[in-house]
Amino acid sequence: MATSLKDRFQSALAFLNRGRTPYAVCAGLITLGFALVYGSPRSIPGFLVFVFAASSIYWLRMNRSVQLGLAVFLAVVLVPILGARNVFYLEVIFQIAVFSALALGLNIVVGFSGLFNLGYMAFYAVGAYLWAFFGSQQPYLLHATVTTTALHTPFFMAPDWFYLFIFLGVIVAALLGLLLGLPVLRVRGDYLAVISLAFGEIVRQLANNLDKPLNFTNGPQGITPIQRPTMPAGVLRAFNHLMEPLVGHPVTVNQAYNILFYFIALVVVVKVIVITYRLDDSKVGRAWTAIREDELAAGAMGIDANRHKLGAFAVGGAFAGAMGVLFAASRTFVSPESFTFLQSVGVLTMVILGGIGSITGVVVGATVVTLLNIQVLQSFSLYLSQLRQSDAVVPLLGWHWSHLSNQLDPTKYQRLIFGVILVVMMIYRPSGLLPAARRKRELRDGLDGEADHG
Amino acid sequence: MAEAPPVLATRDVVKRFGGLTAVGGMSVTIAPGRIFSIIGPNGAGKTTFFNAISGLHPCDAGEILFEGRRIDRLKPHQITGLGLARTFQNIRLFGAMTVVENIMVGAHVRLKQNPLQALWRSKAFREEEREAQARAQELLEYVGLRRVGNELAGSLPYGAQRRVEIARALASRPRLLLLDEPAAGMNPSESAEALALFRRIRDGLGMTILLIEHDMKVVMNISDHIVVMDHGEQIASGRPEEIARDPGVIEAYLGKGAAAGKGARRGTDAPPGAPA
Repeated sequence: MATSLKDRFQSALAFLNRGRTPYAVCAGLITLGFALVYGSPRSIPGFLVFVFAASSIYWLRMNRSVQLGLAVFLAVVLVPILGARNVFYLEVIFQIAVFSALALGLNIVVGFSGLFNLGYMAFYAVGAYLWAFFGSQQPYLLHATVTTTALHTPFFMAPDWFYLFIFLGVIVAALLGLLLGLPVLRVRGDYLAVISLAFGEIVRQLANNLDKPLNFTNGPQGITPIQRPTMPAGVLRAFNHLMEPLVGHPVTVNQAYNILFYFIALVVVVKVIVITYRLDDSKVGRAWTAIREDELAAGAMGIDANRHKLGAFAVGGAFAGAMGVLFAASRTFVSPESFTFLQSVGVLTMVILGGIGSITGVVVGATVVTLLNIQVLQSFSLYLSQLRQSDAVVPLLGWHWSHLSNQLDPTKYQRLIFGVILVVMMIYRPSGLLPAARRKRELRDGLDGEADHG
Repeated sequence: MAEAPPVLATRDVVKRFGGLTAVGGMSVTIAPGRIFSIIGPNGAGKTTFFNAISGLHPCDAGEILFEGRRIDRLKPHQITGLGLARTFQNIRLFGAMTVVENIMVGAHVRLKQNPLQALWRSKAFREEEREAQARAQELLEYVGLRRVGNELAGSLPYGAQRRVEIARALASRPRLLLLDEPAAGMNPSESAEALALFRRIRDGLGMTILLIEHDMKVVMNISDHIVVMDHGEQIASGRPEEIARDPGVIEAYLGKGAAAGKGARRGTDAPPGAPA
């Protein structure tokens, strides 16, 4: 059954990949997805078709430059237009990008190097608080008691320092990675998981409690407002001038910010993917995998395991640091709530679901989980609550939807649903949706073509 | 023996595990360009001695000098960096990596690239990677394997895995190659091929080989020098012919086999020429 399904899938794919077919299919899918979302900006199925169309650029076999061109066109032109029509989708895509970068960072630690980490959110938190502190009035409020309303205090820095802080977030989170790495080098496996978990909690508790003696983090209340980079009026005007006929209405400043953050997230995530891919395909990446596979043998091959483990923690943390800075600016608010243990587990879920160690898989995992998380389940909840308020009746059974309990709201069962998904995955597809495959190298065959072993 | 300075010299190396003295004062001197074998019954401390040399289990007392330099306090990766490579008795390839990648990991200490070059994909980086890959393939062919470069190392048959492990060790361009029971689990024709390979490594690549073997027959033909270990100590040392005649050696091997009542073991373990 499973094999026949797989065969059928593969023959379908082969059919799609013949000659010029993939170009037509891809263009058709993208047009369809775009039209659906453009026509009914609130339709979830339409958006899912659009996401599927976007993924087809990757999995259909086409000329590389065509693929690249289509991807750029989709990301730079189509998505902003759709996003301006319904900002919620931009938010979804922004979150997908943020979580993809986080999952890729965690993948370097867990997937490539085999170092179990349950406190990954700590790095994200450090990046977020870094900009939250310097990008708000907080440095002037060190001696103030915790407040919920912003005082009439000037901001500490000009908002455009934000861009520099993305890089500072990288550096600080990388240093934190080294700091976590040092005690962790002595332990392996389960013990490492416990230490990293504790580390994540320590950072969160620091954020919670560093409002005294000096008020760095404003405690559980969190820091707000945090500055966003400036948006010159000219940019907005130019965007509206170009895009208004396509979007259908002028874009407001807040919508423009959504588009801006989408673009920054896009740049960061593309960088992260390139960095991950290039490190993986080098001496460092091979050393990481060797350590994961057999640390003792790796040592005997001349690999300094400690140095490479520290490196993995630093690089993995750095990605989260950059995204943390971006997160703080885009929300204009951070609080310890956003960096809980469950969030760390959520990112780990993305890595495991997508395919541990697989770059594409991890991005797919982040996309699926984020879509489920903030879109599919929520819209399903909304749909159910509309049914509940209507006087609809289940046919044949004669059961009134209005009797449906509030407790059966799907969003309340988010964790349960993830739990079920993970259990099913571990049983049927333990290496993820798109398992990691070693890259096939172009090797020349034996010159005389004779196999002389076996 | 030879006038050339020894590649490896150990002096009174001791290794204890709790109350058990696994290696009790081993002193050997290995001249360059030779195949030097350490043999002995199971549990004689051969592998422990090996692990002490390669730094996996630092020794408790004594000195180990590699080309005149103390290495007994160095970490395994530092020792490999100096020019000493090893294989393992129970094959330890990186099973989820391809064969070529395994060998490229072996070349780790010889690659000069740094991570920034990897990110930048500089010309020097790309060239080094291409060379490393080409060399990995050459080594693969050198050990007698073809068309398996892209296979996962864990999926190869046993004999091929042993060869890949040797190729991986050769990739670090060692001057001393430590082979831990490289013919274990091989049938006679496979082990004959393996021995031919060791000769080629010695004569063609000019490497010194330190070989551990439990089966005496295997080493008699190719060794330039043999040391026999039993209960963590050296009981004999000399040329293969001398070892074959040594009464202490015969006793160590046969005494054990006879005491355990395993007549069948005599066939493999007994030195050639020993009274059966």
